[in-house]
Amino acid sequence: MEILETLINGLSIGGTYAMIALGYTMVYGIAKMLNFAHGDVIMVGGYTIYVVMAQTGYPLIGLAAAILFCMILGVTVEKLAYKPLRGASPLAVLITAIGVSYLLQSTAQMIFGSSPKMVTLLDLGNVKLGSLKIQWNVIITLIASFVIMLILTLFVKYTRTGRAMVAVSEDKGAAQLMGINSNAIITLTFAIGSALAACAGFFMLMKSPSLSNTMGAMPGIKAFTAAVIGGIGSIPGAMLGGILIGIVEAVSYKITVIAPYTDAIEFLILIIILLVKPSGILGKKRREKV
Amino acid sequence: MALLEVKDLEVNYGVIRALKGINFHVNKGEIVTLIGANGAGKTTTMQSIIGLIPIKSGHVIYNDQDITKTPCHKLVKLGMSQVPEGRRIFQELTVYENLMMGAYSIKKNVTFKDDIEMVYKRFPRLKERKNQIASTLSGGEQQMLAMGRALMSHPDILLLDEPSMGLSPLLVTEIFDIIQEINKEGTTVLLVEQNAKKALSIADRAYVLETGSIVLEGDAKEMMNNDDIKKAYLGE
Repeated sequence: MEILETLINGLSIGGTYAMIALGYTMVYGIAKMLNFAHGDVIMVGGYTIYVVMAQTGYPLIGLAAAILFCMILGVTVEKLAYKPLRGASPLAVLITAIGVSYLLQSTAQMIFGSSPKMVTLLDLGNVKLGSLKIQWNVIITLIASFVIMLILTLFVKYTRTGRAMVAVSEDKGAAQLMGINSNAIITLTFAIGSALAACAGFFMLMKSPSLSNTMGAMPGIKAFTAAVIGGIGSIPGAMLGGILIGIVEAVSYKITVIAPYTDAIEFLILIIILLVKPSGILGKKRREKV
Repeated sequence: MALLEVKDLEVNYGVIRALKGINFHVNKGEIVTLIGANGAGKTTTMQSIIGLIPIKSGHVIYNDQDITKTPCHKLVKLGMSQVPEGRRIFQELTVYENLMMGAYSIKKNVTFKDDIEMVYKRFPRLKERKNQIASTLSGGEQQMLAMGRALMSHPDILLLDEPSMGLSPLLVTEIFDIIQEINKEGTTVLLVEQNAKKALSIADRAYVLETGSIVLEGDAKEMMNNDDIKKAYLGE
């Protein structure tokens, strides 16, 4: 039974990581850049929830506000910071993203101070199934993240816009020849990624109510790891990588001897994957065009 | 009347002058070909017309409208469609989805089903493979898909960049027959080709491009009998 509990916990943590990893992977696939400020969007989402919760008291209104605010933030950052650098060297874009990351963290610190804030979203207690005892928030996170992943997959696979996203990620020029406005698709990608980050922020606050200006940093790095493990640029890859990292984390926490080294173990997996299959589990080798 | 007119077009790649101010036009209903060796600037011309690479100076006039600065994705709506060099079909999408992308510019597409049937009729091989991932197609099938995809937007002018590249002589003949068919049905064609013989055999008029300048222009049939052209481009 304990194994099942750990597995469910792992899937739930993994669902959260997958939400974040999707943002990394989609932006990488379509805008061909690593948005290292993505983790901090989670934090902005967290503070938005905190502020709105203090005003209204309804967690779901907080979530809706966070999604909206993060989408606006993501799109604005793309327009102001990344779009002018399209065609510039990848290093310039990478450094800009790190700059944006610090900007967001420092701004949050200026507004909210450096001591952690507490947000209690929902305290629903545990669910008992026979001898199985699991927290409700774990179940909610698990179900919600999998539903979101399913919707995203269907959107990308079966809608005109979703197919256009795949087309842009594969060949921006050819997509433009079809009449696809690739800038609009990039904007949409940032909006979706940021909305997912806001959801991840909500899940994280359900799990632990403490809120700080660096709360997005570590999950951001781990989700990026997950995206690379799954194959950066691949949407199913990000989901798989996220879930994998989540399960590893849950299992590792359960084993007392290795629990303190959990983060190290997760990054070790990254190193191994990079050695064995550098393109990631579901990543494709990009064929050079003739 | 000229449907497409290129005036003093100049394009630079860094310090390299890829196009040194070229002039040409395509009349409605014509097949016009731009021939020349590797590196003469043929693909550069095609990509700058459609807005994929920036123009240094000069103008592109289409249907009496200056489209020099019009972004690429808006040109499809105006009736201009390009089959790019190297085909550039979407490898991860199916044949059907590629064709769907070809019709992306048409928002409420009432004729989509008829259009796709028309493409399947022209290229029966695509129908057989409609649910196949495009990367599994052979070179000839990929060229057919790229052309079918370009036709899905009902273009008034079709810009074809090296359709014969990498294809067997038999397939080249098939593709060129289809280009002629498409033209007969009312689509104007601008054709860029290294295979000068084939291109001249179906074209009405031709321009010869050499290191970024047009060095010769005229009737395609006459050009086939021009001794310099024979020596330089037709291998006779």
